[in-house]
Amino acid sequence: MLTIKDLAVKFPSRFGDVTAIADLDMTIAPGEIHGLVGESGAGKSTVGAAVIGLLSTPGYIANGDLTLGDTDLRSLSAHEAHAIRGARISMIFQDPQTSLNPLMTIENQLVETIQAHSDVNRSAAVKRAVDLLEEIGIKNAATRIKAYPHQFSGGMRQRVVIALAICTDPELIIADEPTTALDVAVQSQVLDLIRRLAKDRQIAFMLITHDIGVIAQVADRVTVMRNGRVMETGETQQVLMRPTHPYTRALMDAVPPLYRRITRFRVPDEAETLTPGTTPDNAAERWLLEGQQHDLTGLTLEDIHVSFPGTRTSLWRKPDPFVALQDINLTIRPGSIMGLVGESGSGKSTLAKAITGLIAPTSGTMILGDRVLPAGRARKRHDPSRQLIQMVFQDPYSSLNSRHRIGDILSEPLWLYGFVNDAAERRALSAAMLELVGMAPDAIDKYPHQFSGGQRQRVAVARALLARPRFLICDEPTSALDVSIQAEILNLLKDLQSVFGLTILFISHNLAVVRQMADDTAVLRNGRIEEIGKTESLFECPQADYTKKLITLTPVMPRTWKV
Amino acid sequence: MIAFLKRYEGIWLFAHSPTAIIAGIVALAILIGAVFAPWIALVNPYDLSSFSLFDGLLPPVWQEGANPKFLLGTDDQGRDMISSILYGARLSLVIGIAALTIAAVLGVGLGLAAGYYGGRFDAIVMRIADVQLALPAILTALLIDGIARGILPAAIQQDLRVAVLTLAIALSLWVNFARTARASSFVQMNKEYVQAAIMMGQRPSRVMFVHILPNILGPLLVITTVDLASAILLEATLSFLGIGLPADSPSLGTLIRIGMQFLLSGEWWILWIPTLFLVVLVVSINILGDFLRDVFNPRLR
Repeated sequence: MLTIKDLAVKFPSRFGDVTAIADLDMTIAPGEIHGLVGESGAGKSTVGAAVIGLLSTPGYIANGDLTLGDTDLRSLSAHEAHAIRGARISMIFQDPQTSLNPLMTIENQLVETIQAHSDVNRSAAVKRAVDLLEEIGIKNAATRIKAYPHQFSGGMRQRVVIALAICTDPELIIADEPTTALDVAVQSQVLDLIRRLAKDRQIAFMLITHDIGVIAQVADRVTVMRNGRVMETGETQQVLMRPTHPYTRALMDAVPPLYRRITRFRVPDEAETLTPGTTPDNAAERWLLEGQQHDLTGLTLEDIHVSFPGTRTSLWRKPDPFVALQDINLTIRPGSIMGLVGESGSGKSTLAKAITGLIAPTSGTMILGDRVLPAGRARKRHDPSRQLIQMVFQDPYSSLNSRHRIGDILSEPLWLYGFVNDAAERRALSAAMLELVGMAPDAIDKYPHQFSGGQRQRVAVARALLARPRFLICDEPTSALDVSIQAEILNLLKDLQSVFGLTILFISHNLAVVRQMADDTAVLRNGRIEEIGKTESLFECPQADYTKKLITLTPVMPRTWKV
Repeated sequence: MIAFLKRYEGIWLFAHSPTAIIAGIVALAILIGAVFAPWIALVNPYDLSSFSLFDGLLPPVWQEGANPKFLLGTDDQGRDMISSILYGARLSLVIGIAALTIAAVLGVGLGLAAGYYGGRFDAIVMRIADVQLALPAILTALLIDGIARGILPAAIQQDLRVAVLTLAIALSLWVNFARTARASSFVQMNKEYVQAAIMMGQRPSRVMFVHILPNILGPLLVITTVDLASAILLEATLSFLGIGLPADSPSLGTLIRIGMQFLLSGEWWILWIPTLFLVVLVVSINILGDFLRDVFNPRLR
């Protein structure tokens, strides 16, 4: 039904045209969910934009055929193309927070779209809108339709976006990362809905995503892209389980499996990446080992409560506090990795902030090694825990100061904690540390923006290590990264942990990643610990219902698929 | 490649914006003229011996009765208009830049601290800023002028005119810097690099000035340029109203005030030439400010 042949998309720039897509062929049949996967910059979204005719200026289609049914999409005038958008091709965007107009009721948004594409009066349009909402699983649609977008939860909002996309009976829907912003439970509902719509209404879906698990769950066929080119295309199960192209194989190797634990990820260019422990004589490694004193430091949290002042609703009454964490009892054994999983808003990052002293718990004690940690502002600037506890943040684009050179960023902990007083020595040690985390030492004179996300995350790890920490907090260290980069960073963290005996609190919303990394795992939900135990037993026979739900709903390759 | 483009984006945009280039050239020419006024100017308007009353009220060269020595004519004292303007611009720029420096140091320091500490300190600083905003600049200047007259001995009052004027302008401009610095540092405070620095136990002053400040320079630079124009205008306004500089050391505002007397008597150039000059100077600085704002805020492009 949708046929793309030899598509090429170019973006003119000051230095000639940049080819975003080249030689792309793809067909999508009615009722087919066609997955489009690739890492960032692969050109997935550009394909979607080219099909719907919304390429961001100054991009243009340089070559190729785009046909929908028997309509040639490229030969359409601007007016005809506009008529087709929404009527025959619709789009679902990533973020339901921003793709609905916050100032219009759901009813008005749906009716507006229906009336724009078919000649019906308002009451008929409203009736159709209500039927649609009911079809996609919104209860009491007749009353809920009067609500504004902010009165719906994230998952409900994404359903409304889907309702908007299907209200004109389109033949093709382009879904650009439709579940990336959603938690697993909601994600699985939305994916079910997409599958049902494809089956019942014979709508063709182009499902653009970076998540292989999502593809494995819903896509009939899949196309793997890289740098604007198709690497491999075919039946989902065949492409994912028996990939023929080396890139697909490498990609699949990097996907962390949920149902088993692997010791290391296979990374194709591992030869280039130096591995700690295998480098014969690294100054930074020697320096770290010599400062280690060979004592492993654990962390114990006892009855931690954290609450924030709530929003004031009355002038006279004190607002009810918002409880972010309660009854947190957690023992992180010295030298082990504790995984902390939970959906967004479960209090994972709040716990990290409490440990680092950025916020003060309302009550409870934190014990690092054999010393009680002062909480919040009581922790002075010179408190030894400032050096012993270090953190690797989620977003490597904001965790390094973009106006400082890598060398300045790395040597900061060295002079701050008074380890090395000589500038030249600090520089040498920083360079050696860069080597230790698998980067070229000449990076020391560059600025963060000259590096990719994965490289920046390596720098962030290096900075944390240069403080000679005993306890490392990794707050979603790979969730902003592509899956192949994620595999490299996870390998690096594992290696460093085994060489230097760090105790790590590893925070992630991704269960599969935690399974690969953690010795013990705690499951957090609404500020309470639902379950805690050895990672293997927790994943193999989860006790709490919530844990079971999380594990079953996480989209992964079905267990039945065998290589 | 992308990094390279980002780095030199500003220069590229500048090279492709004719208005910005013209404004830049004009502003640069005026700056050079003002800096080198003692060497360029025909006469020194502060030195009574360098001009003569006999040359008074000569029109510009294209009018009848002009002396080709004085291209844009002379005023009633026989001072060459070009020389007066160059010296006047010199004084205006010195006062403007000095006032701006004081305002920037005060405003950025308070704004950064307000953004960093937040809470009560932030509230106090910002309420003071609000009060300052409620007072017109002229009122602030009159206030400081009055206080200075009251407490300083008469002998040094004349010498301190420039300092009083500068302080008055600085006091009415620091609020802009404080508000911009505070708003921008609030954004930076949520960035993880700042949290990392705080977590590591770095000194607050280092976090503020070494970590946050370089990241908010963009908007501050825009404010600086736009406020330079305001400072020059403010100085001109105050001098025009007679609170500023006296007639024997004329700034642009003083020149315009003197010229006012000749508005209806046929010697139009004494008023119009300094006025046009002031307009051109302020407009070109403002164009540069707008251009900088566009460079630092890609969404407006």
